Amino acid sequence: MNLHEYQAKEQLKKYNVPLQNGVACTTVDEAVAAYNDTASRTGTKFVVIKAQIHAGGRGKGTFIEVPTQHGVQVAKSEDDARTIATNMLGNTLVTLQTGDAGKVVSKIFIAEDAYYEGVSPIKEFYLSVLLDRTRKQNVIMYSQDGGMNIEDVAHNTPERIFKEYIQPGSPLQGFQARNIAFNLGLTGEAFKNCTKFVTNLYQAYVGLDCEMLEINPLFKAADDKIIAVDCKMSIEDNSLIRHKDLELLRDKSEEDPTEVEAHESNLNYVKLDGNVGCMVNGAGLAMATMDMIKLSGGEPANFLDVGGSANATTVEAGFRIILKDPKVKAILINIFGGIVRCDRVAQGVIDAYKSIGTINVPIIVRLQGTNAEEAKELIEASGLKVQSATLLSEAANLVNKAVA
Amino acid sequence: MGVLVNKNSKVIVQGFTGTEGTFHATQMIEYGTNVVGGVTPGKGGSSHLSRPVFNTVVDAVKTTGADVSIIFVPPAFAADAVMEAADAGIKVIICITEGIPVQDMVIAKNYISSKDCRLIGPNCPGVITSDEAKVGIMPGFIFIKGRVGIVSKSGTLTYEAADQVAKAGLGVSTAIGIGGDPIIGTTTKEAVELLMNDPETDAIVMIGEIGGGMEAEAANWLKDNMRKPVVGFIAGQTAPAGRRMGHAGAIVGGADDTAAAKMKIMTECGIHVVNSPADIGSMMASVIGK
Repeated sequence: MNLHEYQAKEQLKKYNVPLQNGVACTTVDEAVAAYNDTASRTGTKFVVIKAQIHAGGRGKGTFIEVPTQHGVQVAKSEDDARTIATNMLGNTLVTLQTGDAGKVVSKIFIAEDAYYEGVSPIKEFYLSVLLDRTRKQNVIMYSQDGGMNIEDVAHNTPERIFKEYIQPGSPLQGFQARNIAFNLGLTGEAFKNCTKFVTNLYQAYVGLDCEMLEINPLFKAADDKIIAVDCKMSIEDNSLIRHKDLELLRDKSEEDPTEVEAHESNLNYVKLDGNVGCMVNGAGLAMATMDMIKLSGGEPANFLDVGGSANATTVEAGFRIILKDPKVKAILINIFGGIVRCDRVAQGVIDAYKSIGTINVPIIVRLQGTNAEEAKELIEASGLKVQSATLLSEAANLVNKAVA
Repeated sequence: MGVLVNKNSKVIVQGFTGTEGTFHATQMIEYGTNVVGGVTPGKGGSSHLSRPVFNTVVDAVKTTGADVSIIFVPPAFAADAVMEAADAGIKVIICITEGIPVQDMVIAKNYISSKDCRLIGPNCPGVITSDEAKVGIMPGFIFIKGRVGIVSKSGTLTYEAADQVAKAGLGVSTAIGIGGDPIIGTTTKEAVELLMNDPETDAIVMIGEIGGGMEAEAANWLKDNMRKPVVGFIAGQTAPAGRRMGHAGAIVGGADDTAAAKMKIMTECGIHVVNSPADIGSMMASVIGK
C-alpha cells in the first residue's frame, strides 16, 4: 500500500527522522495560509509547493489543464502561492510514471525551502531501504548521485551504488551507519547527522513494516543538516494486520475504482487491457489462465483469483466486476476443484448467471477436479448459454473460437 | 518413500483445534497420513480428532516423537509457530498460512537457519507423497502414485499439473508446494535437488511464476545436474510489470524476473519449457518416451 509524501513524512517524524516539514492542504485558501505561516516561521519568502500523487517524476511533470505548471514549484510570494495552488488543485498532473491519463491532484504539500544558502555546499544523495529477496535480508542502498533516476545510475555507473545488508532482527549497527556517512563523502557535523538519520530511518522502516522506503533526494543542507526532502513509502500489505492506523491512510482515489470494488468483495483482481475476462481459483492458475488466453488468440482483460471458496456470491461479484469492462468479448471461468467441489461451483455459476439476468458475452466454464462430471451435467442441463470444458486444452479452443 | 514426507512420518498439526486445522487434519487422517497429535496453546491435555492436544511443540515432540509439523496458525502468529517447531526439533516444517508479514519471515528464516530442519512454505499447499502421506491442503485423489516429482509455487497449478500427469498415463512420486511468498523456506532449486536425488522419481515438473530469481537459480544448478528430464512452466507471461498478481511474491520488479526471462534461461539450461499450462502433461509424456 503506497502512501503520499505528506503521510510518509508524518510517519517518519514519529521516528525522529529529520525532514523537510510542511502542511498538506486541500483548498487554495488553506495553501495561502500555510504559505504565510511557513514564510514567517522560516524567515524566507521561498516556500515549496508539491502536488501529492502516488507517482514519481512530479518536478518534471506538467498539468493537462495548465501546461506551464510543474508538479513541484517554489512560491516566492503569497500571490505566487495562490496561483500555483489554483493551478494544481483539482487538475491533472502527467509525469513519466502516471501514464498519459495523469492523476488528479486533490492535495498539495506546502513545505519549507531546504535549499537555503549557508557556510557549506548543499548536496543531494540517494538512499532507500528494501528487502533483498535473494539474501533474505533488508538492505540500505545509497549513492552520492541523488535527485536522479536510480535505475539509470545502477545501469550506467553501478560502482556508484553502495549497499549495507542488515542482520535480521538487529538494528543498523554503528559501523554500518558510519560506512554510509563515509561513502557519501560527509565530514564533521554532517557526518554525525547522517549516522543519526540512517539509524532512525532504519528503525522507521522496520517499525512501520515498509516494503520500500526511498529518500530521494536525501539532502545535506548548507548548515550541515541531513534531511529527507522527498519520501516514497509503501507499507507491506500483509503487515497491515498489525497497522490498523496505517490502513486508514489508504487513498482509494489513487486506485482503479473496479479494483477497489473487487477488494471490498474480497476478490483479488487486477485490471488489464484485453478482451477475455477470466475468473480462476488460485493465483498461479489465474496467471496461467491469462497466459493461455493470450496463446489462444485473445488478450486477458483481468487477473481475478476468487480464492479457495468459489461460491454463488463470489462468482456473482466476479461476473459483475468483469462485465463492467465494455471491451470484454468472452469470459472464461477456470476452477480446479480440490476441497471446493466442482458441482457446487457450477451451481454457483448458474445462480449468479440467473441473478444477473442477461449476459451478452459467451461464458466458457472449465471445471476440473472433485465432481467435475456432475458439474458438467449441471451446466449443460441449465439451459444457459454457457459452454463447458473439462480439459484446459478444450477451454483454450473454446476461447479461440469465441474471439475469432 | 518419496521425499520430505512418507508413511513413516509422524505429523503434528499446529493450530490443531481451529477451523482450518480441524478440517484439513481430518482430510489428512482420511488420506492415511500418520497424524500423531496437535498443538493449541491453552488446550493442552485435551483430545481432538481422537488425538492428543499439547500446549507446546516441545511437549508434542517429547510425547509423540513427531518429526513433521504442519502449521495452520493465523498470519500474525505463524512465524512464531515456525520458530517454535524448529526449536523443538521438528525436521520438516510445512507452513500453509497465507498473509504472514514479510519482516516476520525475515526473522524466522534467519532463526531456523542454525537449526537442523527444513521449512516448506509459507503460503503453500503443502507436500504429498502419493499413497503415503498428505501433509497439506491438496485434494489427495488427483495424485496418482507414479514417478514424476512436482515442484511448484502455486497450489491449484500443482493440482493442474498432477491431473495432466495422470491423464498422460503417468503418476506422481512427491509434489512439493514451495509457496508464493517473497521469503520461503525451501527454494525451487532446493526442492528440485531433493527430487533429483530421490530414487523413486524419474522426471520433474518445475512450475514457477513471475518475481524473484529462484527459477533462474534452479535452472543454473540443473545445467550441471540434469540427471533426469525436467519440464518447466512459468505463470505470468501476460502479467504487467509492477503489479502484484495474487501471491505476495508474484511481481515483476525488473528485466530478470519476467516470465520471458525465466523461460529463456530455463530453456538454455536444458529444461523442456512449455508455453501453455495445458501442455505440461503431454510434454512430460513425450520427454520420458511414453
